[in-house]
Amino acid sequence: MSYISKPKVAHPNMPRNSLGLTARDYEGAVSTLCAGCGHDSVTAAIVQAVFELNVEPHMLAKMSGIGCSSKTPAYFVNHAHGFNSVHGRMPSVTTGASAANRTLTYIGVSGDGDSLSIGVGQFVHAIRRNLNMCYIIENNGVYGLTKGQFSASADIGSKPKKGLPNQQEPIDPVSTALSLGATYIARGFSGDKEQLVPLIQGALLHEGFSLVDVISPCVTFNDHEGSTKSYAHTRQFYHHVVDTDYIAPAEEIKAAYAEGAAMPIELHDGSKIVLRKVYSDYEPTSRASAFKYLRERLNAGEIVTGLLYIDDSRGEMHDLMGNIDTPLSEYPLDKLHPGKEELKKILSRYR
Amino acid sequence: MKPTDTSSPDYFHKVVDCQWACPAHTDVPEYIRLIAQGRFSDAYIENRKSNVFPGILGRVCDRPCEPACRRGRVEDRPVAICRLKRVAADHRDDISGRLPKAPAKTNGKRIALVGAGCASLTVANDLAPLGYEITIFEALRTTGGLMRTNIPQFRLPPKVLDEEIGYILDMGVDLRLNHSIDSMQKLLNDGYDAVFVGTGAPRGKNLEIPGRYDSEHIHIGIDWLESVAFDHIDSVGRKVLIIGVGNTAMDCCRTSLRLGADDVKVMARKPRGFFKASDWELEDAEEENVEILVNHSPKDFVIEDGKLVGMTFELMEYKIDEDGRIDRGTVKGEKVIPCDDVILAIGQDNAFPWIERDIGIEFNDWECPIVDEQTMMCSRDGIFFGGDSAFGPKNIIWAVAHGHAAAISIHKYCQGEALDERMPIGLHLSSQKMGMHEWSYSNDYDPAARRLMPHVDLKERFKKIDIEVELGFTVEQTIQEVERCLNCDIQTVFAASLCIECDACIDICPVNCLTITANGDEADLRARLSAPAQNREQALYVSQDLPQTRRVMVKDEDLCVHCGLCAERCPTGAWDMQKSEVLIPYAVDEASGDQPQPVIPAA
Repeated sequence: MSYISKPKVAHPNMPRNSLGLTARDYEGAVSTLCAGCGHDSVTAAIVQAVFELNVEPHMLAKMSGIGCSSKTPAYFVNHAHGFNSVHGRMPSVTTGASAANRTLTYIGVSGDGDSLSIGVGQFVHAIRRNLNMCYIIENNGVYGLTKGQFSASADIGSKPKKGLPNQQEPIDPVSTALSLGATYIARGFSGDKEQLVPLIQGALLHEGFSLVDVISPCVTFNDHEGSTKSYAHTRQFYHHVVDTDYIAPAEEIKAAYAEGAAMPIELHDGSKIVLRKVYSDYEPTSRASAFKYLRERLNAGEIVTGLLYIDDSRGEMHDLMGNIDTPLSEYPLDKLHPGKEELKKILSRYR
Repeated sequence: MKPTDTSSPDYFHKVVDCQWACPAHTDVPEYIRLIAQGRFSDAYIENRKSNVFPGILGRVCDRPCEPACRRGRVEDRPVAICRLKRVAADHRDDISGRLPKAPAKTNGKRIALVGAGCASLTVANDLAPLGYEITIFEALRTTGGLMRTNIPQFRLPPKVLDEEIGYILDMGVDLRLNHSIDSMQKLLNDGYDAVFVGTGAPRGKNLEIPGRYDSEHIHIGIDWLESVAFDHIDSVGRKVLIIGVGNTAMDCCRTSLRLGADDVKVMARKPRGFFKASDWELEDAEEENVEILVNHSPKDFVIEDGKLVGMTFELMEYKIDEDGRIDRGTVKGEKVIPCDDVILAIGQDNAFPWIERDIGIEFNDWECPIVDEQTMMCSRDGIFFGGDSAFGPKNIIWAVAHGHAAAISIHKYCQGEALDERMPIGLHLSSQKMGMHEWSYSNDYDPAARRLMPHVDLKERFKKIDIEVELGFTVEQTIQEVERCLNCDIQTVFAASLCIECDACIDICPVNCLTITANGDEADLRARLSAPAQNREQALYVSQDLPQTRRVMVKDEDLCVHCGLCAERCPTGAWDMQKSEVLIPYAVDEASGDQPQPVIPAA
């Protein structure tokens, strides 16, 4: 952490988005995480993503549980809504919030402990419901806040700072989400914002559950030699499979793409994401082939990154349940609350 | 781009924009920090080391440092550097014990200095402590040169001049006032080991138009100011026209107001933006209700019955092209403006009627001696020039810089050493890290706006000619203004081998000056940094290849506020905040043979 907060002074020629805001307007409180923490870079990527998407701060809801990762919503978009929930319970709280108001953009920030250990059940069921949210896992393989014990995502053979290497099978959030039927699955790296920012933008715009698993090294407890979640290790075994470009609604696709390698997908707001296949035989719309490829590369020790799977055809939770569009707070009370007489009628059906 | 070579002292020196822009390279951030700590005497001595006249320059310096100040690019107004210099001078204790002293025994070498202005005094200041016998010849009855004769007392009180000139003369300098040198040859016949000419540019430019010699109420600006300074003139007509709009014109119009004029017009040939006067001098004159009329080109003087009654001007119209260049203009009409007196302030020239042209001193087409810019020696060995007399009218701080350079040359010349084998400027870096996230300097950015100099009330100030208009900063103003300094000498120093490319520094930088990216040529890199680096005057600091990805760290120096957050957020200490001290050799260092040593500031 720093003793002074980031000064308000800014570059005089900072670009402004369509709301007239600069990226600085999307910042939050000064981070109290360790200097060099990957999570701070993820925070910066989120700031960049929502700035470029022209997100109105008051239409964003930041959700989190417990852990280093779950502190980070305090560090971006000061003027957004936020809920810092019980450990591992962020998906339920987000489900409730979304049920009450589906017009907000939900961004959940969790960690490998929060999502893959104590909250794994919640994580799994949020996917099953296809809850419309961007779910970021800041994945560093350790419990940083309790001084670096291995988490459920630690790889076999990864060495801790002190003690014996990990022997237990890791839970891979990407293959887990794939097997559960998540509709937007991506993996990025905190040290590569060029890739990460569009992945987050796609996730924010995708209607349904979007997982962004971000390798986000713990600079204090898991950045040494022998760690499989260090900056150096991640860079060495980093494997871009499908890169992504975000194209804003009114914009033309300008970049030149090699034939067959580019796959534009139009999102509900008219914007596009263009998938750039680095490996042409990878098929990001086929669960079976994606799963096979991922497991193979995982066994080879590679860290596969990019937008790995997308299915834009399934409806999100509200569509499946036939819910209304209006936030409950704006719905007329007489309709929201049918009254004693109606209630009696309903109850009588069950007698 | 190749990795930036920071082993050359110039790289980090140039980051300290104010110090780089100052001809005497005064260590501005260092003295501002000393002021912030209430160490006024230390701040004064720090100033004196390079600029010799902090009290004088704190009032009337042309302050090339301020337009260069980084704060002026980050916000819009620079740090009030000059005003802070005056604070150091105003609040210093008795520092006489800390001044250089002449040794008990001289070294037997005799040096003649012609003129007792800032250039000669600087030479005396540097050479007297080395044991040289200094004789200063001054034609006037007092010291200071143009500082005393051309700068009015309401801007620069004589007491300030006397004090700071006294520090130098008290080192045993032989001062010969009212002693005009009429012949260089005769002076040389007296057997001096070296001669320094610091006679300024004493001839005010004339305006040869009809009627010029038909009235006694047409004056040459610098001569008129000198007569006022020596009480030969104590009044002027009610209506005064000043021709020209440089700094001398500003002094003339404001002086007129104090001698009885109540309608003073400054006549400018060109439009605003093409004035020679510094912005602050224009502001000060306009505050006193001086009217500045643009696009008026003098045509003739109107004389009726032998009396000056006005001046005819041609009304000009100019075209300004895309690059901001102005054409010669076309005449669109004429106008007579009535007046009682006219003061010509359209520039000044060098004049050396007393230097024989056949004694080996070569002159150029403009009647200026040909002088070497490094050594300050002219074409005849052993004769040196400095100040306005060397390269034409500049300003005090340039004269001081010339004086320092000439002093080194004179010393080397007298010792039989090669003049061009001079000690190089050095640079010392020292980490300012005090603890986990603690730095030795006030690193937080203070958004305070520039403080304004308080002035004596408009009615009050005209009562006497010597009422100093500027009151100096108050304590509160000083406290706020020192915090505006960005400490540009606390450098961001990068060690590529330690970087793990976590982006922490890039994310925290408030002004987007950092980028990790693939290397490229300069034009390419400048276009694809976190924020485009459009100020080409400011360097890019490019690292060695980074260990993990072979990309490079690039810093655009332009807008860095030196807050140190990059170093604070860096987990490996790849960034560090290090104070750069520019080590400038003076004559005393050349004499000792030792490169100047850094002052490790007391913690």
